[in-house]
Amino acid sequence: MSLAENAGAVRPVSPLWTFGLLRSELTTTFRRWRTLALLAVLAGVPVLVGIAVKMETSDGSSPGGGGGGGPAFISQITNNGLFLVFTALAATLPFFLPMAIGVVAGDAIAGESNAGTLRYLLVAPAGRSRLLLTKYATVVIFCLAATLVVAVSALTVGALLFPLGDLTTISGTQISFAEGLGRALLIALAVAASLIGVAALGLFVSTLTGSGIAAMATTVGLLITVQILDQIPQLHALQPYFFSHYWLSFADLMREPVYWDDLAKNLGLQALYAAVFGSAAWARFTTKDITA
Amino acid sequence: MGELSAGEPVIATRALTKRYRGGQLAVDGLDLTVPAGSVFGFLGPNGSGKTTTIRMLMGLIESTSGTATVLGQPMPRATRAVLPHVGALIEGPALYGFLSGRDNLIRYDSADPAADPRTRKARVAAALDRVGLTAAAGKKAKAYSLGMKQRLGLAAALLQPRRLLVLDEPTNGLDPQGMREIRTLIRELASDGTTVFLSSHLLDEIEQVCTHAAVMTQGRLITQGAVAELSAGARGRLVVTTPDPSEAARVLKEQGVGDVVVTDDRVTGEPPDRDLADVNAALVTAGVRVRGFTVERASLEDAFVALTGEGFDVAG
Ligand SMILES: Nc1ncnc2c1ncn2[C@@H]1O[C@H](COP(=O)(O)OP(=O)(O)OP(=O)(O)O)[C@@H](O)[C@H]1O
Ligand SMILES: [Mg+2]
Repeated sequence: MSLAENAGAVRPVSPLWTFGLLRSELTTTFRRWRTLALLAVLAGVPVLVGIAVKMETSDGSSPGGGGGGGPAFISQITNNGLFLVFTALAATLPFFLPMAIGVVAGDAIAGESNAGTLRYLLVAPAGRSRLLLTKYATVVIFCLAATLVVAVSALTVGALLFPLGDLTTISGTQISFAEGLGRALLIALAVAASLIGVAALGLFVSTLTGSGIAAMATTVGLLITVQILDQIPQLHALQPYFFSHYWLSFADLMREPVYWDDLAKNLGLQALYAAVFGSAAWARFTTKDITA
Repeated sequence: MGELSAGEPVIATRALTKRYRGGQLAVDGLDLTVPAGSVFGFLGPNGSGKTTTIRMLMGLIESTSGTATVLGQPMPRATRAVLPHVGALIEGPALYGFLSGRDNLIRYDSADPAADPRTRKARVAAALDRVGLTAAAGKKAKAYSLGMKQRLGLAAALLQPRRLLVLDEPTNGLDPQGMREIRTLIRELASDGTTVFLSSHLLDEIEQVCTHAAVMTQGRLITQGAVAELSAGARGRLVVTTPDPSEAARVLKEQGVGDVVVTDDRVTGEPPDRDLADVNAALVTAGVRVRGFTVERASLEDAFVALTGEGFDVAG
């Protein structure tokens, strides 16, 4: 067959073909050994928490209150396995989840640049804006996948180790198990949305350097720094602008009625981060010399 | 995208200049013209700015000044319209080590919004076949040898029918058999009407496959044109093989041969303007036993050395 036989002919281009890149990006990301390892770690956290609670309470005592396990969820796990979902999300949101996002987002552009594959994507031609958008979409989908992995693992472990049934909200009212499941899904979505800011920040860092490792380390470093600064009382004027400031607002979904204020602030803040760092990443990436 | 009008070059640059951040002037006022249908050799020693030029042509880096058009359209502004018609191998192949060779090609093909996903499998298989990788297509790319990676990179450039192929040192890392195959492939593609732009520092490679060539040193273009004209520019050398080299050298100098060099039983020099039969007769008359008497055609290498004056060394 002659490869040049159609040379010069105008090829029909379907607008749908452009999504081929997103599909390729998703399969490439989720086939990486590193991505799978991150998801495995995330799936392991609820297992550890569940087993720890089970062992601590096997003598009939109730587990010690709160202690990092989020707002009073952990003490309810023995009564209702569904609370393991809330506990696991509260336990992974401060560090494990954003770290996983930081690794994937930080590597998104810098890793391709490091491997040299970026230049071939660009001459394909992927288009710089299209490639960046695809990368961001993939990281956001990874946020959702990572959160769901924690939630599903927690639900499975909770169902295996503990009884399931109606549950009591933070406000003290009873809701059915079905409604509880619905709340759990909402909480997972709120947690995933909480990570959108970190994702944008990581992607921006990723456009700054040609080293995937450096981008991942910087993103995770920023994450830890912001979390520490969020604890320093003197900085309280700045703290409402830290991407992690309203993260624990997801617990408000377990109130009756739901208390929306902080949830809305969190979503607004994440959107702000996505807009600011998304634009910065775009400005940087579309003008950058690709020499690697 | 429209056809080029007749005679319009496939690549044309005007005063194209690139100064990297850090101040290195890598390409300096380049005026390059690549005619349609040519196999164009882009020659130059290491660091002379070949890859930098290719990066500018492919829209990977922005020029500091000057303009470049590819397939009649300005780059980097028209990347979206131009690049689907261009296959490129730039500074060696780059692959996803954890994907198989086939999946690497699928990945690159998906990145092209003008590539039809319905024909993707068939086109990937055809490209693999074309570079002789069908048997290794399922192997992870990290387990490929250097030459196999190079072949896979070439396959990526051949995923679509192309109007222009830009190949930066395509035979790097290939065994002699592989080099021959690539040359054959290039000739085949060229006979189909694809313009091939080939950078190399292997002069004989350029001489074997190229119809046109350009020579760079230190970011500047020294010459460009048809290969035949370029090597015609450098004069051939008279070579006399004889067991009496010192006597032969004396006679040749008398006969007006310049730059006479003696190495073992070979005496070489620049042929004089007079009839060479007279030179040969003079040798015989002087009792020089002549085993061989020929004029070696000037190679592109001679032309290159004559042009750069300094041979093939890297400038700092
Ligand atoms: N990313 C970069 N930043 C700064 N200077 C660079 C960069 N890439 C190349 N250079 C410099 O630009 C000049 C031209 O380099 P280029 O890679 O274009 O040469 P080349 O002709 O392709 O060489 P080779 O035959 O070794 O591939 C060199 O002096 C090199 O040091
Ligand atoms: Mg080079």
